Amino acid sequence: MRILRAIGGNAKAATGAVLLLAFIILAIAPGLFAHDDPTAQTYAKNLGASGAHLLGTTGLGQDVFAQAVYGTRVVLQIAFGAGLASTVIAALIGVAAAYLGGLWDGVLSIVTDVILVIPLFPLLIVISAYIHNSGTGVLIAVLTFTGWSYTARQLRSQALAVRSRDFLVAAKVRGERAIYIIVVEILPTMSSLLVAAFLTNALYDVLFASSLQFIGLGDPNATSWGTMLYWAQGNEALQAGFYLQVIVPGAAIALLGAALALLNYAFDEIGNPALRPVRRRRRLISGPRRLSGPRLSQPTPLPPAQEGLSRA
Amino acid sequence: MRFVLRRAGFFVLTLWAAITLNFFLPRMMPGNPAIAMMAKFHGRLTGQALTSLETIFGVNTHESLPAQYWHYLGDMVTGNFGTSLFYFPSPVWQEIRVALPWTLGLFGMVTILAFLLGTGVGIIGAWRRGGIVDSVAPPLLVITSAIPYFWVGMMFILIFSLKLQYLPFSGGMDITETPAWTGEFIGNVLEHSILPAAALLITTIGTWTLTMRNNMVTTLAEDYVRMARAKGLRGSRIMLDYAARNAILPNLTGFAMSLGFVLGGAILIEYVFNYPGVGYMLLQAVQNEDYPLMQALFLLITVAVLIAILLADIATAIFDPRTRTA
Repeated sequence: MRILRAIGGNAKAATGAVLLLAFIILAIAPGLFAHDDPTAQTYAKNLGASGAHLLGTTGLGQDVFAQAVYGTRVVLQIAFGAGLASTVIAALIGVAAAYLGGLWDGVLSIVTDVILVIPLFPLLIVISAYIHNSGTGVLIAVLTFTGWSYTARQLRSQALAVRSRDFLVAAKVRGERAIYIIVVEILPTMSSLLVAAFLTNALYDVLFASSLQFIGLGDPNATSWGTMLYWAQGNEALQAGFYLQVIVPGAAIALLGAALALLNYAFDEIGNPALRPVRRRRRLISGPRRLSGPRLSQPTPLPPAQEGLSRA
Repeated sequence: MRFVLRRAGFFVLTLWAAITLNFFLPRMMPGNPAIAMMAKFHGRLTGQALTSLETIFGVNTHESLPAQYWHYLGDMVTGNFGTSLFYFPSPVWQEIRVALPWTLGLFGMVTILAFLLGTGVGIIGAWRRGGIVDSVAPPLLVITSAIPYFWVGMMFILIFSLKLQYLPFSGGMDITETPAWTGEFIGNVLEHSILPAAALLITTIGTWTLTMRNNMVTTLAEDYVRMARAKGLRGSRIMLDYAARNAILPNLTGFAMSLGFVLGGAILIEYVFNYPGVGYMLLQAVQNEDYPLMQALFLLITVAVLIAILLADIATAIFDPRTRTA
């Protein structure tokens, strides 16, 4: 409930949440909005926008609007599937490294750092090149196993900060097992960070998956925004003047990406009050320059979550 | 010193991991790509090309897996990346040498520019909290960083090349030009670079602004900044020498990583603009199933990232005394 109220009170979060909700509804019930079969190649090719085809047809005679609507499902599957899975893996590895310490920490941290540094997108290209036309499930698996390292590192440093708190000592004295302490005692204390990490991961999974599909390394028969762009590029849609074939799927990716990014940004503001926009009223009282720097009640141990954006 | 040594160790370790990935990935894949590959090129491959493929995939050799691995490691360390299958018989490194300057020149510049501009806007945004820059830039940049690079490129082609016909949209230069240090040639190259550069700049600048702004906000709350204010120092001095100098430290490593990612992140932009750089070459290698070239390019990109990070680590050690004792 507190989260709902926080989202409602923050314009960025509200915009992001409404957009994301709209996409989720499209993904659950695409048939309500589009009446054409997205894969049926039944119409004239490369039609412009009209009453019958709101956004025209593709080079294969499919309805662009239907493809965009039905494509939401695959994209959201990737966003939520890979985003959630990599966040879970990251949480377990990062917190385990911090909590267990010693040799465990050394080994897990080095593995995390090495994977973090290996350039993600080229690695994805190389893996996909060997797999050949990977389906959505394979794509999710590949994105998951390559994409957890940044979050793991972030969560590790957060877990280090709570490591010596009394409630953890108490749990240990009670004789709880390490896995119980990690999952039940530590992870709930960083729920806002976990949500932010999930949103970042989901955003990057959408961008990476669309990019891979665009260059022809996804399943070319799946109905997805990246795949639509792949076919549009093959059709030389821009040069030939079939702009809608390019604009529609790209705008869809950008909108979903913006929804996730806005939510993420808002979560940063909610989790770290120092980043919130300064209210005008307060500025008038204290003057624009003098000591207008934000006061932190306590130093934030978190690295700025937006740093995740540099992964691309 | 210990700090630099430790980072150098990490460099070697990561390099080893990348080479190992290159070695084991094709061997782990279901439906061994090697067999498909060999069948496809059957009869057309001889001598060196065949040897090159065999080393990569470990088929038709009588060596054990560890022996193959050892052999492969040796090849990579001595820079023997094999022969390109597509540009046969030219060695892989010769092809890369042609593509590298394009990518380094264009996207290296763009990344440095994006870092400087983005950091600058971030500093000003945090310094004047609630000002125009601070209320407009962050939400706008959050959205631009969520747009796929390649689509921005495509939209630029649509607007500036096809509709307005201001700028060319394909290649690094006109085919009629011959490379020479003449004003005309340089102008032609620059003309071809504007759109891809702008597309990359717009999508990457947001990261720097947001991280820098958030770092600055935290730094501005530190006691030494308050102290500087109490001493009555000039605003610009506090902003740059006290706050920004410290806020930029975590961003240095991020910048280094991104310098390396330039080679990777620009892949899609190069693809959209048919720009003759490393990224375009990587995708062509994938399409042509030119695995030796693909592996070498992946390794090159990784090494570029590692070198950049190492440099940033050294720079951080110079600017931040705390890391030297850590």
